[in-house]
Parts: sequence; C-alpha cells; structure tokens
Amino acid sequence: MANTEVAVELSAVRHHIRAHSRSMTSQKIRERIIESAMFLCAVFSVAITAGIVWVLVYESWNFFRNVSMIDFLTDTQWTVLFENPRYGIMPLVTGTLVTSFIALIVALPLGTTIAIYLSEYANPTVREILKPILELLSAVPTVVFGYFALLFVTPMLQRILPDLPGFNMLSAGIVIGIMIVPYVSSLSEDAMKAVPVTIREGSYAMGATRVQTALRVLMPAAFSGIASAYVLGFSRAVGETMVVAIAAGTQPNLTLNPMEGAATITAYIVQVSLGDLPHGSVAYQSIFAAGLTLMVMTLIFNIGGYFLRKRFREVY
Amino acid sequence: METPSVAAIEKRVAANKARDQTFAIIGLICTLVGMLTLAALLFDLASDGLARIKPHFFTSFPSRFPGQAGILSSWVGTILVMIVTAMAAVPIGIGAGVYLEDYAPKHWLTALIEINIANLAGVPSIVYGLMALGLFVYQFKFGQSIMSAGLTLALLILPIVIVATREAIRAVPGSMREAAYALGATKWQTTSDHVLPYSMGGILTGVIIALSRAIGETAPLITIGALTFIAFLPDAPVKAEFPYISFDWLWSPYSVMPIQMFNWVSRPQAEFHLNAAATGLILMIMTLAMNGVAIYFRYRFRKRIKW
Repeated sequence: MANTEVAVELSAVRHHIRAHSRSMTSQKIRERIIESAMFLCAVFSVAITAGIVWVLVYESWNFFRNVSMIDFLTDTQWTVLFENPRYGIMPLVTGTLVTSFIALIVALPLGTTIAIYLSEYANPTVREILKPILELLSAVPTVVFGYFALLFVTPMLQRILPDLPGFNMLSAGIVIGIMIVPYVSSLSEDAMKAVPVTIREGSYAMGATRVQTALRVLMPAAFSGIASAYVLGFSRAVGETMVVAIAAGTQPNLTLNPMEGAATITAYIVQVSLGDLPHGSVAYQSIFAAGLTLMVMTLIFNIGGYFLRKRFREVY
Repeated sequence: METPSVAAIEKRVAANKARDQTFAIIGLICTLVGMLTLAALLFDLASDGLARIKPHFFTSFPSRFPGQAGILSSWVGTILVMIVTAMAAVPIGIGAGVYLEDYAPKHWLTALIEINIANLAGVPSIVYGLMALGLFVYQFKFGQSIMSAGLTLALLILPIVIVATREAIRAVPGSMREAAYALGATKWQTTSDHVLPYSMGGILTGVIIALSRAIGETAPLITIGALTFIAFLPDAPVKAEFPYISFDWLWSPYSVMPIQMFNWVSRPQAEFHLNAAATGLILMIMTLAMNGVAIYFRYRFRKRIKW
C-alpha cells in the first residue's frame, strides 16, 4: 500500500519534471530563435555597408569600362551631359574641397572655442540649457540651410562684396561650417571632459588660468578626441549636399576661388538625379563613380586622422 | 635669474586674469553665434513664408501659379514615407542594439559589427541614396516608390537607433539583470520584462531624434527619384470594400516636403521662394518640436529613474 503510494508520488514527480523539462526545451528553443533574430538585426548593419560598397564599385566598374581612369583623374573638364562629354573629376573635387575648407575655417575655431567654454567655463545649469539648443543646429533640415545660404547669407555678403555672384562657394561653405559646429563642439567637449581631473588640477596648482589650462594642457591631452571631432566635421562637410546644390551652383568649375560658383561632387549627383537618365547609360554610371570618389576622399581623410591620432595619442 | 618684483608679478597675474575673462566672453559669443544663426533662420523663414501658410496651402497640390500651389501631396508623402521608415528601422535598430549590448559574445564578428556601425554613421547621406538607387530601385525593382524611399531613410537612421538603444540599455544597472536571473528568469525574459521597459525612455528619445533627421533628408530621396511635381495622392490605405486594407500606396510615386521645398527654392521666380520659405518653416517647426519632445523625454526619464 505504502509502496504504491510512493510509486504514484514518484511517477507524479517524474511526470512533473518531464513536463517541466519539456517546457524548458521549448523555452530554450524560443530563446535561441529570439537571439538569432536579434543577431540577424545586428549583422544587417554589415549588409548595408556591403551593399554600399558593392553598388558603388559595381557601377563604377561599368563606368570605367567606358571612360579611362587616366582621363577621369587628369582631365580638367567635367561635361558628362554635353554632346562631347569629358570626364575629368578634378573640377568637382576642387569644388568639394573649397566649400569644405571654408566650412572648416568657420567650424573648427568656433567649435573648439565653444567646446572649451562649455567644458571649462560654463556652469552646469548654463551648459544644460546651451548644449541642447546648440545641437538643434544639426537637426535643422539641410534643405532649409540651403535656402538660408542662397536667400539670406549670399545677399548679406553681396553688401560687403558687391561682385559676388548669386551662386558662390563662399556662402555655401560658411553655412555648412555653422551647420557642423555642433558635431565639432560636442565631440571636442567630450574629449576634454575625459581628461583626468588631476591633470587639470595640477595645472591650476601651478597658477595657470582656465584659458591657459585649456589651451596648453587640455587640448594637447585631448588631442586624439579633438582630432576625431575635426575629421568627423570634415566628413560632414564633404558629404553635405543640399546646401551646395542650392547655393553654390551646378556648373563644374575648376577654381580655388570661393567667390565663384562651382558644382561639388554631391551637387553633381543631385543635378543628374533630377533629370530622367536612362538606367545603364554612362551618365547614370558617372554618379556612382562620383559617389565612389566622395567615399575615397572621406576614407583618405579618416585614415590620415587615424594615424595622426595614433601619433599624438595620450594615454592616462 | 633675477627675482621679479611683487609689483611685476601682480601685474602679470592681473593680465592673465583679464585674458581669462576675455576668453569667457569670446566663448559665450561663439556659443551665441550658433543660436543667433538659428534665430536668424527662423526669422528669415517666418518673415518670407508666414503669409503663405493658410489652410489652402495644406489642401492644394503644387501648381504653376505660386499663389495657388500647396503642399498636400508632399505632406501626405512625408507621413507615409515616415511610417515605412519607422516600421523598418525601429524593430531592426532595437534588436541590433539589444543584441550588441546584452547578448553578443566578445569576438571578431561583434567587433566588426561595432566598427561598422560607427563608420556607417559617418557615411554621407547621398551615398545611401546611390546605394538605394542601385539596389532598391533597380535590383529589387521597387521602383521610385514610397517603399524605396522609406527603406532608404530607414537604413540611414539605423545607426542612430542602434546607438541610442545601446546607450539606454547600458544605463540599466547590472544588479537589475542579476536580480531577474536569480529568480529564474531567462535571458529574454530579463530583457523583455525588465531591461527594455526601464530603457524605453532612452530608446524613444533616440527614435524621435532619428525620425526628425529622416523627415528633413532630401539628397538621398532625390537620387532615388522622388518627384517634384505630384498632383495626386497615393492610393488610400483603407477601403470601403473587402479586404478594407490596401497596401498599394507603398508602390505609389511620391513627393516629400523637403523635396517640394528644394524644387521651389531652385526656381528663379521670387514668388516661389515664398512657398519654399513656408514649407521650410513648417519643416523647421516639425523637427524642432520633435527634438524638443526628445529633450523633454530625456530630462524626465533621467529625473524619474533613480537607481
């Protein structure tokens, strides 16, 4: 009697354990499925990069079967849409470099000063208010900045420089510069904040003022982070599209004079895309070659920045 | 070495202090330059465009006559494109963020994914447009449709969503997870019942900021062929007859507000510039409002949750 009771109890327990472990396995399977799904989401981001590289390289490859690489790099005219097309990327590259260079002249001093001010001078309340407002600058749609450059900044500059044409690289560059200030300032500020407090205090103990500490101690110490901020700013400027497409004109122009209008790589891509180009034509392929050039330019700059950072990196 | 006199030292200290104060003023001015630009931008748009913002501006299609033109097709297009973008980017972004922060083993593949996401954030938006032109429009044959546009912008904002998700999840203390594990919760139960609810505020903030970025994007949509003149609306998603829901709108041609604005800016007639200013003002108000909401969320959640 007692034996059967035990046996019944035992089988009930066994049954329970079996049911439990069965639900455990189904739960484990569910866990695996969810984990795999999330893994796929993460890997998807690599697929985006692969897609970008594949499309750019594939279409550029087709482009370079029709156009010689030497012409592309050395010819001084870019007249893809003309009757006798010439395929020299130089004018677009100079347009891109000039606008980006002006943007950096505006953004680097402004951004760095703001970073020093926010990290070393401003009290926490002021910083909490100023920083989000400043970051709104990078949230403004770029097409709105384009409008601003063409119809506000250019007329304003024309009062000082009466010869300035309606489309010019100067106003586009200035506006891009202001646009990228938040990128430069907030990354530089983070870098300066990350410098150990002991170093800052050491400087103060030697009698240095805040500005001396910031310029001679913190900036060198945070160089690697500040350099990343600059490189990011440059990448943004080079890739900026709508401001230049609206305010700098769409005429390829081999010049280093910012007072002239000139198309940039990005503006050219926009100009071509607005027309109805047949898929597979050389002009269609040319926008991918232009895009690849843009990517290569950013890449070169990023690699340069990487080595610069490595050379001057300070580790605490 | 000669010992400087006390007076000389005092003079030097005073000069240094003056320089220090000067820099404080310069710094403040530089910060204000950014804000003044923002103010000038808003003022400029408002002074040009405010007069155009009337009910019929929202209910009319674009037109050859600047006074009659409106943004009906482009604001509808913007909303539809944003729906597709959010549907694609939010689940994938949160999934990837959760995986990378809480699940991913530390090995080369994880490192590769992380480096890749950091780099994607620096890729110019127009390059995403070129990629979408090659892949979505021609390879997958989505054509110049709302679907192509929504997916393109989804890819563009994916890194923002992933990074925001990771930051929000990282802020949840490890003790929360360990408490859940100690009670026998599985990893996913811990994530879905504890980690995600606690980090929702941060994730939501990131999603709103990402969408506000997508709303203003113009360049990638131009490359994949958004139209600048659309005088009809996409197919309605809700129908009177069975099966009541239709997804034909996904494949419809479209325009969005930034593209409409670009089209009006690039016309020579000043009358159209007023339309552009009005559209720009609406865009600005939308993005600023979204960012404002995001900042408020961040502030509130930071204040409410005390570990």
